[in-house]
Amino acid sequence: MKKSVYNGLYLVIAILLVLPFVLPNSFYLDLAVRMAINACIVLGLNLLIGFAGQISLGHAGFLGIGAYASAVLPTHFGWHPLLAMGAGAVVTGVLAALVARPIFKLKGNYLAMATLGLGIIISIALRNEAQWTGGPDGMPVPAMGLFGFELSNDKQWYWVVAALLVVSVWSSLNLIDSPFGRALRALHGSEVASQVVGVDVVRYKVAIFVLSAVFASIMGSVTAHYVGFVSPNFADFFHSIELVTMVVIGGMASVYGSLLGAVLLTALPQALATFEGWETVVFGAILMLSMIFLPKGLVPTLAAKFGKGE
Amino acid sequence: MSLLEVKDLSIHFGGVKAVQNVSFSIDAGIVYSVIGPNGAGKTTLFNLITGVYKPTTGEIRLDGEAIHGKSPNELAVRGVARTFQNLQICMNMSAVENVMVGAHLRLDRNLFKAALRFPSLKKRDAELREEAAELMRFVGLGQYVEARADAMSYGALKRLEIARALAMKPRLIFLDEPAAGLNPRETIEVDHLVRKIADAGVTVVLVEHDMKMVMNLSDRILVLDYGKKLTEGTGEEVRKNPDVIAAYLGTHA
Repeated sequence: MKKSVYNGLYLVIAILLVLPFVLPNSFYLDLAVRMAINACIVLGLNLLIGFAGQISLGHAGFLGIGAYASAVLPTHFGWHPLLAMGAGAVVTGVLAALVARPIFKLKGNYLAMATLGLGIIISIALRNEAQWTGGPDGMPVPAMGLFGFELSNDKQWYWVVAALLVVSVWSSLNLIDSPFGRALRALHGSEVASQVVGVDVVRYKVAIFVLSAVFASIMGSVTAHYVGFVSPNFADFFHSIELVTMVVIGGMASVYGSLLGAVLLTALPQALATFEGWETVVFGAILMLSMIFLPKGLVPTLAAKFGKGE
Repeated sequence: MSLLEVKDLSIHFGGVKAVQNVSFSIDAGIVYSVIGPNGAGKTTLFNLITGVYKPTTGEIRLDGEAIHGKSPNELAVRGVARTFQNLQICMNMSAVENVMVGAHLRLDRNLFKAALRFPSLKKRDAELREEAAELMRFVGLGQYVEARADAMSYGALKRLEIARALAMKPRLIFLDEPAAGLNPRETIEVDHLVRKIADAGVTVVLVEHDMKMVMNLSDRILVLDYGKKLTEGTGEEVRKNPDVIAAYLGTHA
């Protein structure tokens, strides 16, 4: 990878700087914030799926743990939101490591099944523990306070989330082009080859899975505070699939693909709202067509067409 | 003491005894070849010694240390490198990155330093890229340094595997049919390359069907047939052994 991959980051920064001044109203600003949050989550997920080649079908479960940690702990126990966010991240990390270690010792791709089950268990638990979580109705989330300064309006949130996104893109780019990142890509390319050069594949798979899950948990907390409300739908299977779809549509193993995938699939339901009742069908058709004509995802296909690196 | 000692090594896959009671030892600094008809168990033997398979019975010692049952990455730590008969190249990476992966154990693999782009890591990576390019030139792939792995020919990828193995700075390298599928000119180039590797002080273990290359390079040769050791000795000894001739050409009725 050459220096030029960082050029995309400058473009992202430029867009993020200009965006709040050109968006006509708060509806679009809200959409932009949700796009940026999803972009962060999808970046973390793409490190796991696209770069390391391991599929998680339960990522929304990790989002759910973070989101509910930020809802339950401050509401019922008076914890500071940042502490609650950290607690959610730690719980997610431990849970992800406990699940991943035995799974990765097996040969074959069992992670998809295990995470599918884990995600469903988390979402059922959140639905059933109504005295803490509000059950199927969900519960409100207290506002996020930072150093006595309360994050209340969309503009403030926009800048926080934009900064998070820039840091996420930057560190993802760094990670991929590092000894750690090369080991991840190598075990995806040829597991046995990576082993014989000394990569402890179980350790690396666990590490990237835990990293991706913890990051999802943190972004779950951020989402909960931003929206001000959590419901079990946030943690359910369909949300997990939506996230995987963002990775695939944007482009596996493509940092900027993750961004594009998240932006498009966050906007699409809004754009399809006019189809009233048929939006799921149109949504599905778009996914099918893009898989047929752009099997590698948007950004890698377009990059190949115009002869660029990424 | 020998660098590698193999004693009574066997592996059974169900009822198939792919390798049976094979014993031999390899001194440091030599080129040691393993030959035998197709299906004789040469690649299985490689997979056993490099940790891809676990032996059913027997011992493998590297510098006196028992290494049987250790995983490939644990063997990599001990300086054992290998290439594969059927290519194992990471097609999702560039050619030079494939070589850089070979240096995995010599690098700082810290995740957080990597994510935060520590200058020490970037500096080491820049040096490594130069090192890897140098290795590619050493194996004759100078023109492919900037290439993508999936844009390279079969013969070039064979040598890319050797470059990756060399990036480990190994003591012992196992080459599994490095000349298979290559044209005569490429075969001669690989022949010279193996010689250069041996001259650099790396102990080479070679599986190869090209007999001219084997006889030309090997200090000692092990002959396998149906998973068993047929004989072992210098090229001259092996060539004259009636059992070897029978195994390759068949016996008169």
